[in-house]
Amino acid sequence: MARTLSLPSKPKQSASKKAVRPVVTKKVTKAPAKASKPVKREVVKKAPVKKAAPKKAVTPRKTAPISKAPAKAAKAVAKPASPASKASTDWSKDPFNAKLKPAEKVSFLREMLRIRRFEQQALKHYNNGAMGGFLHLYIGQESVAVGTASLMNGQDEIITAYRDHGHALAVGMGMNECMAELFGKGTGCSKGKGGSMHFFAPDKHYWGGHGIVGGQAPLGMGLAFALKYKGIKGCAIAFLGDGAVNQGVFSECLNMAALFELPIVFVIENNGYSMGTSLERSSAIRHSLASRAEGFDVDWSLCGGFDLYELRANLGAVMEKARTKFRPHVLEVSTYRYYGHSVADANAKKYRSPEEIERYKTEFDPITLWEKQLLKEKVITEDGIEKINSEAKAEAATAAEFAIASPWPSEESIFEDIYHEVDHQTEAGQTGRHFFSE
Amino acid sequence: MPVITYRQALNDAFAEELARDENVFLMGEEVAQYNGAYKVTEGLWQKFGSKRVIDTPISEAAFLGLGVGAAMMGLRPVVELMFWSFAYVGLDQIINNAGCIRYMSGGLINVPMVIRGPANGGTNVGATHSHTPENFLANTPGLKVVCPATPYDAKGLMISSIRDNDTVCFMENTLLYGDLGEVPEGAYTIPLGVAEVKREGIDVSLIAHGRAVLTSLAAAEILSVEHGIEAEVVDLRSIRPLDEETILNSVAKTHRAVLVDENKPFCGVSSQIAALLAEHAFDELDAPVLRVTALDAPAIYSMPLEKLQLPDAQAVVAKVLSSF
Ligand SMILES: Cc1ncc(C[n+]2csc(CCOP(=O)(O)OP(=O)(O)O)c2C)c(N)n1
Ligand SMILES: [Mg+2]
Repeated sequence: MARTLSLPSKPKQSASKKAVRPVVTKKVTKAPAKASKPVKREVVKKAPVKKAAPKKAVTPRKTAPISKAPAKAAKAVAKPASPASKASTDWSKDPFNAKLKPAEKVSFLREMLRIRRFEQQALKHYNNGAMGGFLHLYIGQESVAVGTASLMNGQDEIITAYRDHGHALAVGMGMNECMAELFGKGTGCSKGKGGSMHFFAPDKHYWGGHGIVGGQAPLGMGLAFALKYKGIKGCAIAFLGDGAVNQGVFSECLNMAALFELPIVFVIENNGYSMGTSLERSSAIRHSLASRAEGFDVDWSLCGGFDLYELRANLGAVMEKARTKFRPHVLEVSTYRYYGHSVADANAKKYRSPEEIERYKTEFDPITLWEKQLLKEKVITEDGIEKINSEAKAEAATAAEFAIASPWPSEESIFEDIYHEVDHQTEAGQTGRHFFSE
Repeated sequence: MPVITYRQALNDAFAEELARDENVFLMGEEVAQYNGAYKVTEGLWQKFGSKRVIDTPISEAAFLGLGVGAAMMGLRPVVELMFWSFAYVGLDQIINNAGCIRYMSGGLINVPMVIRGPANGGTNVGATHSHTPENFLANTPGLKVVCPATPYDAKGLMISSIRDNDTVCFMENTLLYGDLGEVPEGAYTIPLGVAEVKREGIDVSLIAHGRAVLTSLAAAEILSVEHGIEAEVVDLRSIRPLDEETILNSVAKTHRAVLVDENKPFCGVSSQIAALLAEHAFDELDAPVLRVTALDAPAIYSMPLEKLQLPDAQAVVAKVLSSF
């Protein structure tokens, strides 16, 4: 049981059985990744013999907890990394960070602030009744989307679940089109047809926005397959939550990604909860969620998602490996959402303590951490931060005005965008009856 | 008689059946400690404990299949789908396993399971979350499909479904959970396959299930007050088994049928009713059978437009008037 993973600087953590989350110490991170680098496996031959050989010394794991009783299991799960816990690593020196220009570092801050202000603006209007359905806020997790987008090489593709506003803005979608989509307006990125959970921007290598838990994982494999098929030097990144890993299709994906040697990184955004269910109540865990990849001969590692440098270093390396070596990878990133599962989550403060939420806000907020870092590096001043912040706020407010002023989609548009052939009035679109309303 | 919500009526049915039969258990995402995503199972975990009311991971295929296996062993699982739309990742378990095992075992094995949850559009959650699969589950012989419209029916049909020895797909509606109605205390059953005439009339039969029944009742009022047309409203309550007799009797009385259905038109529930009327009520009909269904497009997100996609009372009124 005893992992190395408890939060050293936080006495009494284990008392709150809620605050448990997987983690992220550097040691754990590196071990599996290295160990699994091994033997080149260009050829996927059916060589059961070869397979049989235990291929690596696995992670520092002990035997599985004997009892699966939830209370017990909880203790087996790790805690979030605190900056203190990885004091030994200076991620800023990592090759993926060392050459960053000050302007780039500042742009990461801008992107994170834009996401946060955008969602706060959206929240206000959701609460006023201007939007329908669900609104899943990404606030608290911004570093993951921004860090990822900052590593995309113009040929990489990404796909995520319904908590998709952050990724959308990070890859360059405009606030106006995104906000208008939330308002259900015809000027929205999906013309008001998809809503909050279904943003797409293929021109920005962003393939959604998927409402059914886990559904995006195999699509991500398809993106990776297509890249490899076309000979494009890019990788696919499929995000999924800590709850989504329990969809059967994810296991199927791990097998196929390894078997087909696909250039894909599955990023598990582990925010500790799937709706009201904490990690330890949803997953039987020996070491981490990512370590399930082990059984499929897929590399995996863990990384803290709160510090952009750490995220970029870890993700950058595995993206490069996917692109060049066609080795799939599962990267489990610890992160945290401040709001409920969706805004409509009435229990948002029941299944976790207000203190826990507060602690993440004060100690692990990715924006605050990054601001501190940039101030320390003297890349920006307090005034500079405030300027970016107010610009982001203003941009979000303007986006809301744009959305409010925008027209609803037309009634006819209900029947558009269903069949390509019909929309384009091709020959194929004109034979037989396509729609059965009058 | 106490007046309670549709949600509470279901909750009462669970509480009573859990207490009555120790083989009954509830299972699904967030059903226990969170009290249910839509609070339908509120308080049951506290009352019956973790053996009887069980939270699952987000693994529909696995827990639906687990339900089938447990039911084969004689337990009576009541498996919640947070939305019926999420059944699609576990359809193999529902259709191939729950639906076919009795047949393929030559009757050796039963699957007395209830699969339940909301199946409706109209809440701006987009296409992936707005499916109404009653038609295509009813397309599988071996499965039963039930769609209650009122709190009274919800409780009585749920108790029957739990006691039924076959798999029942029980489809609720998030827009109805807060509806109030008179519901007796204590257990009572409503047989599956028995429709109810919710309003008597002589001029036209409105045939519906689920929330479309309420839409039809509203339309019937307008037709009566504004047009002097007395519509009869037939609530199917269960789609399979289907109460053909009540449908045919009503049409034999009114000689006109308008089918109101939140299902899509293509091979929807209304298509089956239309086929029934063509085969067995041809000589009774004074006008073609007409339908008011969900528009034949994926559910749109945009709030005002989604309203247009589902049948409303005005659309039903217009359709009825067009048949005279
Ligand atoms: C197949 C399926 N089952 C259930 C749901 C309902 N649902 C939506 S999100 C969610 C929790 C997912 O949690 P996680 O994967 O951890 O992602 P997070 O919300 O934390 O980003 C659930 C149960 C769904 N959308 N699809
Ligand atoms: Mg989560």
